[in-house]
Amino acid sequence: MTISTPKTMYEKLWQNHLVEATEGETPLLYVDRHLIHEVTSPQAFANLRFHNRPVRHPERTIATMDHNISTRSIKIDAAGEGAANQLRALAINCKYFGIELFDMGHKNQGIAHVIGPELGLTLPGTIIVCGDSHTATHGAFGALAFGIGTSEVEHVFATQTLRQNKAKTMKIEVKGHVGAGISAKDIILAIIGKTGSAGATGYVVEYCGEAIEALSMEERMTVCNMSIEFGAKAGLIAPDQTTFDYVEGKEYAPKGEVFEQAVADWTNLKSDADATFDAVLTLEAKDIKAQVTWGTNPGQVISVDGIVPSPEDFNDPVEKESCVSALNYMGLTAGTKMTDIQVNKVFIGSCTNSRIEDLRAAAGVVQQYEGQQVVETIDAIIVPGSYRVKEQAESEGLDKIFTDAGFEWRLPGCSMCLGMNDDVLEEGDRCASTSNRNFEGRQGRGSRTHLVSPEMAAAAAITGHFVDLNA
Amino acid sequence: MEKFNTHTGLVVPLDVANVDTDQIIPKQFLQKTERVGFGVHLFHDSRYLDHAGTQVNPDFIINKPEYKDASILLAGENFGCGSSREHAPWALQEYGFKVIIASSFADIFYGNCINVGLLPIKLAEAEIEQLFKLSPNAQLTLTVDLPNNTVTCGELSFKFSLNEFQQYSLENGVDSVGWTLNKLDTIKAFEEKMPAWQ
Repeated sequence: MTISTPKTMYEKLWQNHLVEATEGETPLLYVDRHLIHEVTSPQAFANLRFHNRPVRHPERTIATMDHNISTRSIKIDAAGEGAANQLRALAINCKYFGIELFDMGHKNQGIAHVIGPELGLTLPGTIIVCGDSHTATHGAFGALAFGIGTSEVEHVFATQTLRQNKAKTMKIEVKGHVGAGISAKDIILAIIGKTGSAGATGYVVEYCGEAIEALSMEERMTVCNMSIEFGAKAGLIAPDQTTFDYVEGKEYAPKGEVFEQAVADWTNLKSDADATFDAVLTLEAKDIKAQVTWGTNPGQVISVDGIVPSPEDFNDPVEKESCVSALNYMGLTAGTKMTDIQVNKVFIGSCTNSRIEDLRAAAGVVQQYEGQQVVETIDAIIVPGSYRVKEQAESEGLDKIFTDAGFEWRLPGCSMCLGMNDDVLEEGDRCASTSNRNFEGRQGRGSRTHLVSPEMAAAAAITGHFVDLNA
Repeated sequence: MEKFNTHTGLVVPLDVANVDTDQIIPKQFLQKTERVGFGVHLFHDSRYLDHAGTQVNPDFIINKPEYKDASILLAGENFGCGSSREHAPWALQEYGFKVIIASSFADIFYGNCINVGLLPIKLAEAEIEQLFKLSPNAQLTLTVDLPNNTVTCGELSFKFSLNEFQQYSLENGVDSVGWTLNKLDTIKAFEEKMPAWQ
């Protein structure tokens, strides 16, 4: 009898997908599911056509229109000519290569990382890729999921595989339970605040601990979604009964005996008890407070009851300099209370926070303000992550709660997270945003983004500033 | 992909950490279906004073006349963080860069560079600092020798390393898709053993 070395979940996923490891070549991994959208696929399709190569497994690829689309109209031309060209190209390419497409207004359309899970396209134990860095979202299911460039999109189309170097492993354990009113967004922002925006570069992260196990699938997706924001290749959470219950019965998920076999296989995915990680980070859940970013990368974050930091607070010269430049760009003065920062735009949406639970949480906060309206000078938009989310929210009357309070209820899409459509901030705008990046110019040239949870964004819309909801 | 052997070129120092892909190529320029037309928008928000990109920002280092022929970008740590957009290396390449040197790169960006034939070189922080000190006023010309993994300038010489296959691919301009398609039998054999749910 041989005793096998204990393995991490990442190592198991890797081993299960290793097609070939030839001396002198980067290992070749099998890709189970490929999600594509209009922005990062056209050049990959063009190269396939140039070489006269087919898509090897069109049934393993699913296409959606999300990045470029208007949130006011389902017309393909509604977000400008450039967008329309890419959307049309996607439709033409999908038809030509035999790929299923959820196009404008389709009941399954939505942000790739929202529809994958809700349709059962996202399964534990698989490798999932997409030409989008927030593909890490699907790691919430115990899938190895990561963003790829267009050359790799082409490689997956043609071969259903990818060449990948093995990453290092990092365990992030969140011990105990978070306090009341602390969201998954606060957990992940607090983690990034600890590691810094490049703290996990070269690593695949596994999130674990009681606070993570207690999360719903939607919350786990929020956590894994932002793995890339501290440089991680991917983020993973071990699949458990919460995962299996979520997947069971979904449209594209396996059924009957096959599902039972799948659950048996998925149960074995979790890291072995004595597996070793290259790095370990431990947080106490009870210490995590509601978070707001103050700077221009997601690592520049602080709890809402804190103050805007000063360059003097940093010892590292690079961080010190980044602080100076961030305060300048953000138009903030060190020492200002975070709760004194006024916003004029609010965005609730994106692959980080546009799922039904996010909308319920935001609506719950709106209701706490009993009839109060969005501040007159604030534009606040709610962009559900998919048509299914939109329909569910409407069936629960959430849209009505929002519109009665003065929020705009939009059509699904990536929207203002990256502002490729017309949902763009103006120079000098300050936005409470539930998205994932606060980079300079991300939501519009010269605009200022503060990343927050849906609860905090809703409260900011009604009060005009950040609020410590737990105070 | 073009083969990469050696390259000698002028270095432009961009001494900023965490330069993200939104800074390298903002989203409004991603609406193309071709691989060309990105170089003019490289570093748009820093390079131009206006949204339309008609007024060049004379203070941005890349716009300074002495750096107009630069082909090697020396950058701060964590270069290329953020999105997976391959448009970022396309824009750098189309602008005229052949090599990017930094102490660290974001993973996806690094892989994308290799895949398009733009050479990302990681050097130790102390070496990067030394290069930044030598680079003002367009004084630094470097020779990058990929087969020997060296970056040299006169007496100064630094070693860098690349993953073996990435090095081979860059040196030989390997068509990575074609390379893998030669292994279809192995891939098919793998597929036959996959469980039904997968």
